[in-house]
Amino acid sequence: MSSQIANSAQLDRSGQRIVVDPVTRIEGHLRCEVNLDENNVIRNAVSSGTMWRGLEIILRGRDPRDAWAFTQRICGVCTGTHALTSVRAVENALGIQIPENAHIIRNIIQLTLYAQDHLVHFYHLHALDWVDVVSALKADPKGTSEIAQKISDWPLSSPGYFRDIQDRVRRFVESGQLGPFSNAYWGHPAYRLPPEVNLLAVAHYLEALDFQKEIVKIHTIYGGKNPHPNWLVGGVPCAINIHDTGAVGAVNMERLNLVGSIIERTIEFIDKVYLPDLMAIASFYKDWIYGGGLSSRAVLSYGDIPDRANDDSAENQLLPRGAIINGNLNEVHKVDLRNPNEIREFVTHSWYSYTDESKGLHPWEGVTEPNFVLGPNTRGDKTRIEALDEGAKYSWLKAPRWRGHAMEVGPLARWVIGYAKGIPEFKEPVDKTLTDLGLPVSALFSALGRTAARGLEASWAAHKLRAFHQRLIANLKAGNTATANTDKWDPKTWPKTAKGVGTTEAPRGALGHWVVIENGKIANYQAVVPTTWNGSPRDPKGNIGAFEAALLGTPLAIPDQPLEILRVLHSFDPCLACSTHLMGPGGEELIRVRVR
Amino acid sequence: MSTESFYAAMRRQGISRRAFLKFCSLTAASLGLAQNLVGQIAEALETKPRIPVLWLHGLECTCCSESFIRSAHPLASDVVLSMISLDYTDTLMAAAGHQAEAILDQIGEKHKGRYLLAVEGNPPLAQDGMSCIVGGRPFLEQLREVASDCLAVVAWGSCASFGCVQAAHPNPTQAVPVDRVIHDKPIIKVPGCPPIAEVMTSVIVYLLTFERLPELDRQGRPKMFYGQRIHDKCYRRPHFDAGQFVESWDDEGARKGYCLYKMGCKGPTTYNACSTVRWNAGVSFPIQSGHGCIGCSERDFWDKGSFYQHVTDTRVFGIEANADTVGIAAAAGVGTAIAVHAVASAIHRGKQRAGVQHSEGEQV
Repeated sequence: MSSQIANSAQLDRSGQRIVVDPVTRIEGHLRCEVNLDENNVIRNAVSSGTMWRGLEIILRGRDPRDAWAFTQRICGVCTGTHALTSVRAVENALGIQIPENAHIIRNIIQLTLYAQDHLVHFYHLHALDWVDVVSALKADPKGTSEIAQKISDWPLSSPGYFRDIQDRVRRFVESGQLGPFSNAYWGHPAYRLPPEVNLLAVAHYLEALDFQKEIVKIHTIYGGKNPHPNWLVGGVPCAINIHDTGAVGAVNMERLNLVGSIIERTIEFIDKVYLPDLMAIASFYKDWIYGGGLSSRAVLSYGDIPDRANDDSAENQLLPRGAIINGNLNEVHKVDLRNPNEIREFVTHSWYSYTDESKGLHPWEGVTEPNFVLGPNTRGDKTRIEALDEGAKYSWLKAPRWRGHAMEVGPLARWVIGYAKGIPEFKEPVDKTLTDLGLPVSALFSALGRTAARGLEASWAAHKLRAFHQRLIANLKAGNTATANTDKWDPKTWPKTAKGVGTTEAPRGALGHWVVIENGKIANYQAVVPTTWNGSPRDPKGNIGAFEAALLGTPLAIPDQPLEILRVLHSFDPCLACSTHLMGPGGEELIRVRVR
Repeated sequence: MSTESFYAAMRRQGISRRAFLKFCSLTAASLGLAQNLVGQIAEALETKPRIPVLWLHGLECTCCSESFIRSAHPLASDVVLSMISLDYTDTLMAAAGHQAEAILDQIGEKHKGRYLLAVEGNPPLAQDGMSCIVGGRPFLEQLREVASDCLAVVAWGSCASFGCVQAAHPNPTQAVPVDRVIHDKPIIKVPGCPPIAEVMTSVIVYLLTFERLPELDRQGRPKMFYGQRIHDKCYRRPHFDAGQFVESWDDEGARKGYCLYKMGCKGPTTYNACSTVRWNAGVSFPIQSGHGCIGCSERDFWDKGSFYQHVTDTRVFGIEANADTVGIAAAAGVGTAIAVHAVASAIHRGKQRAGVQHSEGEQV
């Protein structure tokens, strides 16, 4: 039973069906099902978001100045990025300009997230797809030390250091309690690193776990805490006081010094640990070219890290904005989030209903009614789903499309667009990475290419942090210390109705919030989120989303051990709490629950 | 840290077998367990150096897991490698799919009644529980199953403790806190959105060190971290007492670190350790960084009006009505503020003792 899908090869549902649920080492709840042919190659892929929380409906009737706090709780991994998108949307609706310092501090907070989130993704959510922890016990620590010193001048590299790490891991394994490492795929034939490199990666897994918490202290300084720092419509909440009485209660010289030192340590860790590890690991997987999916055909970025304050033009975004379709890298299309014909969401295969499900809706007019129904070919039932029916509704994610195309978003999309536009700071690192590994440009379009783009981006972000920190100091030196514009803080100053759009590039990709404000309250709120793009189910035309496309053609060495599936899915860094949402009339009777 | 068992460690320190069993018995009692479980606890401590922890995820945003790995003392890596056996957590575990699910069964059988259940997020009851599906089943079912044989439950964060954001009005998924579906186990609530990292790891280490639940308040929160208001330990408190308030963002008062009460700070009604332990290894906390507390560890904090409104006649405070009239550090107001504040605190303590109970039948 094979069928032609609009944007991909044949899908063949005849072979053995493999189910992975839960997909772990992601944010949220994701289910994945694939069909294998007789050679254990994936010929059909089904990605299902298995949670929704209804935050958009919860936002209705609330104060728009509070929306950042609600939307920030969409995700605690990419903490802050929804809040930034939200304050941008509200400011856009109400015509609020923010001071230059607030603009810089917001960029610093966003770039801090990039550095920390990408680092955690690489080591703690993705590395174990490539790194065999148990094999590290067989390593010669001297050999690990030699490799470490060859690829980097990071100081923690002595044989004794790696021996201590190895001893610690050995004691842990011999205790018989493997904790997060139990029941995994150690010894799987798809693992290719020599024991010495595995030990290096395990050591850095632990170092990165300890270091990531340092990076986010920048959020704590400017936002009071991490996860979920505090934001402000009109600027940032942290006042600056450099010269005067009471400076200890504000951003002062000591705080700025702390930020500066964290930035330098972050640059060092990413450039001396993360990137060399990425290259070392990639060099053993050069022929594992699977998982490209839509990345060579259809990618989208809204752009982010605006250079000047209060300028949302594409030219002002340091991370480029644009769309590539039909695999034509020579043309980067303009993207307009307000255009009703560009971004539309479909629910043909989503657990929601529209009056006419053959059509998509722009976020301005988006309606959503939850409608959890399992298709006729589902195996199992509501109490235990054995296999989903992808011919019917099968996911809590909607299917967003750009001019009808399913798009990939995220680090690889951003870097492909930067590369296609010929921007040196994107093109040169990509070319150098490919040259160092002896790979053609086509290698970029793979799971590993996606992972490499994320690493390059982490380094880019860390260096940009330094630049913005210096710009803030220069501003302060010039006597500019304003951090908030309160001209329109009072709702009495707002128009009766207002509409706004806010965008960011979240670490995982293009993120947009659309808000409608009426009589000082939120009348409508809609978020279209990176993993909704990447993890989307099919649309009425049969186009498949980025996850499903990337899985096709990937061979599994052992069908029962889905290591390669995890590799491909994790390369996207899925975030399911973000991607499932609800708005519209959800006014069903709430059942009273009896309590003890 | 060595991986010798608790029992071995105790014997090494000269504790007799008999004293050890007595200790197990006390442990059982303090955990609220029947005495027939003493043997099991003894066996666990004799043979198992690290207590198994199963960390389940319902409807949540993973901020609790992220906070947990921010812990500076102890480091999350030390907790995971040396103190507990974190056998299941969607966020960090290497295994996926049925290999991951099998761990729940394995631990459930092998360590029946001897593992901790940590819950991040909460179960939704709408749509037959299918707004949160794990392994093809409603999360609600998984939660009930794993809870049935656990020793105790740690409810991480405001989701598991009180419902949090997805349970805010009108709660479209009917998300409910963990204690609405688990009724027969001790539950420690560690609220906050997220909780402070060191508070999370301290709760774990406390359980391991003292072998009993921490003292809990009437809402099930550890008293040691949730016993006092942020306001009462706030370094900006003298400005409140002196009637010196931030009146507008980035004004003179903001730059001088005045009290954020008029900007909607919920410090006066929030019980948490932010103003003492602070965040991210003590670097700062929301008020220190210029924004009021939003009360994220309090029940229903999303549904108490805007974060920027200071409620002028809350049921626990009289002072607020006066903060406006006290004005911008008016000298005349200073005495008034202090006096009224003292009265307000006394009233508040009285109400606390009276125990304003949340009606349990109502929607969370």
